[in-house]
Amino acid sequence: MDRRKFIKASLVTSGAVAFGGYASVYPFIASSLSSPYDLVAIKGGEPEAMFDKAIASLGGMKNFVKKNQKVVIKPNIGWDVVPELAANTNPKLVARIIKHCFDAGAKDVYVFDHTCDNGSRCYTNSGIEKAVKDAGGKIVSGESESYYHQVDVKKGKRLTNSKVHELILESDVFINVPILKHHGGGKITAGMKNLMGVVWDRRYWHQNDLHQCIADFATFKKPDLNIVDAYLVMKRNGPRGVSKDDLLTLKSQIISTDIVAADAAAAKLFGIDLADVPYINYADELKAGRKDLSKLNINRIIM
Amino acid sequence: MKVTAFKKIRVAVSLIFFLFTLSLFLDYRNVFPSSIYAKILFLQFVPSFIKFISLAGIGAVGFLVVLLLTLFSGRVYCSSICPLGTFQDVISFLSRKMKKKKKKKREFLRYEKGKKWWRYSFLALAVVPFLGGTIFFINLLDPYSSFGKISSHLFRPLLIIANNLIAFLFEKMNMYLVYPFEFKGVEIFSFSLALIIFLVVVYLSFTKGRLYCNTVCPVGTLLGFVSKFAFVKIAIDEKKCKSCGICERVCKSNCIDKINKTVDFDRCVSCFNCFDVCPTDGMKFEYGFFSSPKNDKVKIEATSSRELNEHDEKVLYSKRNFLFNTFAYAVGLTGITLSQIKINPKKASKVSIFRKNPVTPPGSKSRTNFTQNCTACHLCVSVCPTQVLQPAYLEYGLLGMFQPRMDFQTGFCNYECNLCGEVCPTGAISSVSLEAKKLTQLGKAKFVKDNCIVNTENTDCGACSEHCPTKAVNMVPYKNKLVIPEVKEEFCIGCGACEFACPTKPYKAIYVEGNPKHLNAKINKEKKIEQKVDYKEEFPF
Repeated sequence: MDRRKFIKASLVTSGAVAFGGYASVYPFIASSLSSPYDLVAIKGGEPEAMFDKAIASLGGMKNFVKKNQKVVIKPNIGWDVVPELAANTNPKLVARIIKHCFDAGAKDVYVFDHTCDNGSRCYTNSGIEKAVKDAGGKIVSGESESYYHQVDVKKGKRLTNSKVHELILESDVFINVPILKHHGGGKITAGMKNLMGVVWDRRYWHQNDLHQCIADFATFKKPDLNIVDAYLVMKRNGPRGVSKDDLLTLKSQIISTDIVAADAAAAKLFGIDLADVPYINYADELKAGRKDLSKLNINRIIM
Repeated sequence: MKVTAFKKIRVAVSLIFFLFTLSLFLDYRNVFPSSIYAKILFLQFVPSFIKFISLAGIGAVGFLVVLLLTLFSGRVYCSSICPLGTFQDVISFLSRKMKKKKKKKREFLRYEKGKKWWRYSFLALAVVPFLGGTIFFINLLDPYSSFGKISSHLFRPLLIIANNLIAFLFEKMNMYLVYPFEFKGVEIFSFSLALIIFLVVVYLSFTKGRLYCNTVCPVGTLLGFVSKFAFVKIAIDEKKCKSCGICERVCKSNCIDKINKTVDFDRCVSCFNCFDVCPTDGMKFEYGFFSSPKNDKVKIEATSSRELNEHDEKVLYSKRNFLFNTFAYAVGLTGITLSQIKINPKKASKVSIFRKNPVTPPGSKSRTNFTQNCTACHLCVSVCPTQVLQPAYLEYGLLGMFQPRMDFQTGFCNYECNLCGEVCPTGAISSVSLEAKKLTQLGKAKFVKDNCIVNTENTDCGACSEHCPTKAVNMVPYKNKLVIPEVKEEFCIGCGACEFACPTKPYKAIYVEGNPKHLNAKINKEKKIEQKVDYKEEFPF
């Protein structure tokens, strides 16, 4: 970025903040892309290879990331644990996604999570900070309240406003990269539950009907792409896990632009009845996406 | 080597010790490796002494080294190793510069009589109650611990505010390299104590050099006593001295008497300023353990020295300082007083929580061991990455004030962290391996069903179980397909993650009751998940 552009950008940003806040400057934009499939499910390979193949079947990353765009990737980096325990998104997968973004011409790729454990420890021990830096991306703190800005969740039933990380509000492309896990309160965690890591005040959600709040927030901003890491799946004691004994090697991945469909497919992969995961049903009712997989055009790839 | 080089060496050594010690307290991002702490703090007198008696550790002989050094050449500890001493030198240095600028006629330093009564009273105040079993007065008087509190509660917040201001500017330029530190704030009583010590020390060093060290500081008094028998002492060479008095004016300890040509070596902190300035080489070393520079002559009384009101050392505890809070919120970008994250409770929780026992950090073994050996230097408070360690108010009782405790309102103990035990210089928190720490039970989680969201709101929550690293808190079926927490105490390590995460207000629905004596938790071992996957099988959708 040269100096002139830089000054211009900062002026625009500060202007935007000064007049009317983020919400009005970056309105809810539904992704307008044409892809042959609503959802791609793939299994049997390594995370990177599966992603390569799956994204190719969606027309490649260039279908989602345009030249000089600013991309934000939101993996699950919630816990201060090593990658082998699969409480956080696989760092290799994150690195590969970043590479695809840059290959498609992305200007900047940012990665963050509002972690549950201490932020810098999560970033380090998850292996994601290193993977991001090595891939040329930028890792950003999610632990600072000043980065979160108040927005309205217009369609929300219980969650009507929330403080959201500015990268989510400012970036051109938003890629959601959860890891599929068992979850105490949420039953399972995948796409929608992962978005709890882009807001500041999670306790509000827990206090005001967790499932409804998860669904409400899914109406706020639809990720342009949801990539569910289901390579190593925590079958119990989630979302943090106790030991490797909790894990099942599923070697799978689900990609969709529809966050509800991605979660519905993830639930089936996990082996839980959709009816037992209330937020997927609530989100479907709010039209945040479609839970009925039979009506979707799904590409199933077995490697 | 010319004797005047001694001063330069002293300044260099003291700055090295000072800057290293200070930076340990300012390392809120945990940049330093944990192994470096013990090395830097090895020679700190009181912590080393406490560690020696608490752990009977051969590794903790720093205080013996200091005693031997003192016996050899006087109060080297005070001149170069003690961070509070060097801090005073910095203030004195600034004071001299400012007074020079203003061309003040009044002399900055001059000979004063020793304040024996004060000195030995403060020493007794530290030692006698300690022998009686309480370390409280040492916590108030130990210079290293005082410096720790000042660094932790005054300097560190300033640095964090500076960091956050820079981060704020960077953020406006879309740069995230420097990012805000989410500071949970300072504990108001420790902050007040640190501020009082800071003001007293700054005032005394600004006007009287090292008067604090020769009035209040029990370590100064003790080492001063030992230095009476030092093998090498500083004295005035009567033949060369012309009684010009330049040395007296640079003597930080006010211990050179130009009229009687004596050096009160008991108070001398071996700064070598006098050697540096003497135009006639009139300062010399005297050798021999019992040599005592001329006390045979009849002394001419020095001009009356001002008595100092030093006894308002005791802290005036105000109620929660409302003004401070307001100020802090106005200044701080993230709020610098201890604050709970703002939540809007739908319904207030009803059952109040009374913790019978405070929770002590992992490695402290027991409440007794911890409170007997902690000098409240707040190094652990400064480095704790989750800020769960906070100075106690009255949780340990009045005499345990300022000693850190686990405060699950501000954070919880990170499962993968044992930093506090690594940095503690006194052995109050001993170093434990991560494996051992993960099975050390600091307390047990207690579930209060009547406060729980699942019960009161009939909605799922699970925040406690989510954060539990051992799954001692597990979600079990409740009515209407809901799940509710259940605690298996044998697996609980008392890290407080559940209590911190619990969203109910004002009272939590789950809290940790401290173990007065730490116990061992059991390993939550479950059968391995069966790995029966057919990768060629079709998808279940």
